[in-house]
Amino acid sequence: MTEELFKKMAQSVLDGDSDAAVTLAKQAVESDIDPLDAITKGYVVGVNQVGESFAKGDAFLPELVMAGEAMKAAVSALEPEMKKRGSKRTMLGKVVLATVEGDIHEIGKSLVGTMLSASGFEVFDLGVDVPAAKIIAKVQEVDANLVGLSALLTTTMVKQKEVIDELDKLGLRRKVKVMVGGAPVTRDWVQKIEADGYSEDAIGAVALAKQLVGVI
Amino acid sequence: MPKTIKSITNPKLRMEILSTAEIKKIHEATLWIIEKVGVRFPSKRALDIWAANGADVDADKMIVRVKGELIEKALKSCPAVYPLAARDPQQDLPLDGNHVYVGTDGCGVEVIDIQSGKRRTSCLQDVADISRIADATEEVAFHWVPVSAQDMPAGTRGLHEIHAIWKNSSKHVQTESIYNEQEARAAVEMAALIAGGRENLRKRPVLSLMQCSAPPLGHDGGSLEAALVAAEYGLPTGFMTMAANLTTGPATLAGNLAVGNAEVIAGTALIQLAFPGAPVFYAAAQTASDLRSGAYTGGGPEDFLYGAATNVLADFYRIPLSMGSFATGAKEPNWQAGIDNSLSTFMASIVMSDMLLGVGFLHGSRIWSFAEMMMDCEIFSIIHKMMQGIVVDDETLALDAIAAVGPGGNFLSQKHTLQHMRELFLPQFMDRRPYTEWESKKDDGRDWALAKARRILETHQPDPLDKGIDAEMARIIASLEKQ
Repeated sequence: MTEELFKKMAQSVLDGDSDAAVTLAKQAVESDIDPLDAITKGYVVGVNQVGESFAKGDAFLPELVMAGEAMKAAVSALEPEMKKRGSKRTMLGKVVLATVEGDIHEIGKSLVGTMLSASGFEVFDLGVDVPAAKIIAKVQEVDANLVGLSALLTTTMVKQKEVIDELDKLGLRRKVKVMVGGAPVTRDWVQKIEADGYSEDAIGAVALAKQLVGVI
Repeated sequence: MPKTIKSITNPKLRMEILSTAEIKKIHEATLWIIEKVGVRFPSKRALDIWAANGADVDADKMIVRVKGELIEKALKSCPAVYPLAARDPQQDLPLDGNHVYVGTDGCGVEVIDIQSGKRRTSCLQDVADISRIADATEEVAFHWVPVSAQDMPAGTRGLHEIHAIWKNSSKHVQTESIYNEQEARAAVEMAALIAGGRENLRKRPVLSLMQCSAPPLGHDGGSLEAALVAAEYGLPTGFMTMAANLTTGPATLAGNLAVGNAEVIAGTALIQLAFPGAPVFYAAAQTASDLRSGAYTGGGPEDFLYGAATNVLADFYRIPLSMGSFATGAKEPNWQAGIDNSLSTFMASIVMSDMLLGVGFLHGSRIWSFAEMMMDCEIFSIIHKMMQGIVVDDETLALDAIAAVGPGGNFLSQKHTLQHMRELFLPQFMDRRPYTEWESKKDDGRDWALAKARRILETHQPDPLDKGIDAEMARIIASLEKQ
């Protein structure tokens, strides 16, 4: 019976069906199934399967995104129960994401957020046009170990450097790795501002994040 | 060097990509989107204009919902015909629906160095060099800011860029890299120096401002405010949508056209409400996102279809179009670049899109290649030739020559041949040599294109910018930098 439920959970993620994922999460709680088991034996299996077929070229980006969203919906539905039981998911790391000050282009950044959260990172997405001070404050507040900064314009890209300089000043650089992204970001730029890495797309950003926190 | 500008005009080729009923359906869908879903205008000035005209303004979310009648009424004051003026009046470009002009693409971040061949970060000197070469070609009719002058301060970069172009070319400048009110006001002052005052600038706008929308269904605040400044002083301005299937637009082509159209015509209507009769253009570079990475592709069949469909929409609103063609996603000048740039430019040309952007880029408008620039010019020349179609009359049927040669002879020594042979296209960068000659050199169009760009850069002297104007432009920029 429980095995059957886990299978359905994986399938809801494969189908990118957030509603089904939430319904199954509620069923799990009612059936007194450990929410951590539901996540690792149910939903995560689905996420991994979508990831595998994506890697083989059989699944496409929208399927990854929808799987990620279904997983996220399921986890939030399970959260009250986890709190009650005092259990906690082991996450790969805490990431603060933002589109830098003066810039409103966030589609890439939001996509990176979805992918990271589906891959087991705890994501704090601050949105667009975010000043350096606000980003730093969030990093300190949540004790983040990763910061992701996006910019689409060469004139706002300079703000990525501002955040890095500020982290340097506070002596946080060893603890907090910085990854940058956006259409104008190049390897030369990354070296110039001494960021820890960059990726040209959301899939690459997940691999980079894992590498920066030392899980691959 | 030639002062002639090559443009497609009086075309013989035609294409019907959308029927009248289909265009109407897209238009109605667009009005529905603007009225029911709304468009984001993150600028107090823009929101105030909408509110004053009776639109439904959600000030918190900065989303505006507008009745179709108001949009349609506002668009009625758009002028259908106006010129893009140039520093050299001989090179003014009438936007009259019967010309297709090509510009340089923009705004890239890296350049393949013309001497070393190494890829590096773009700088102000690149803007100068590219403009100088573009000035010498007959294919490039006007400039975008080709690459970002990343060695200049961010706050005045857009001004350094247009200054560099004016110093190196006497053709029209359309900047896509000024997107705040302060820089836009300074740019107007600079343009007025060339036109001879603000009133003359209205008649002869030597500068136009292109702004990007923020799809889906949004605009950038700075861009809106810069566009309003342009309109206030009679500089042509337009909003470009890059809504792309899967990511910033729906997966279907018609839906994506409607999303892009909603952004563009809502922005255009705002300009007309603020400054009725201001010269405006439609701008678009819609494409599909890649199914695997989500990246903007800058090529492929969807891209080519948008190239033709968008001008039909712009024509429906009776405003000129600035259309993204070329802009291959290829990493070097190769077969993909040839396909992307030929088909996108052909499709945009056959419907007579007014401005095509533009020549010179690799990797989806990010890396400038001088070889690609020259080869893109050749692509345009080929399409220019094709658009003339086949002329059928007594002279071109050549019956006298055919009778004179008779069965089995050849036409090489006919007077008729001598009279008409120069009408045939002679490529610069296509390899028609004997195989053995290629085998001994192993070079190709890319090498010849690069050599041509180098030669132009070494030898071409553009009409100099008046020294007093040059100094005054520098002063305007410096005073803004002091603030």
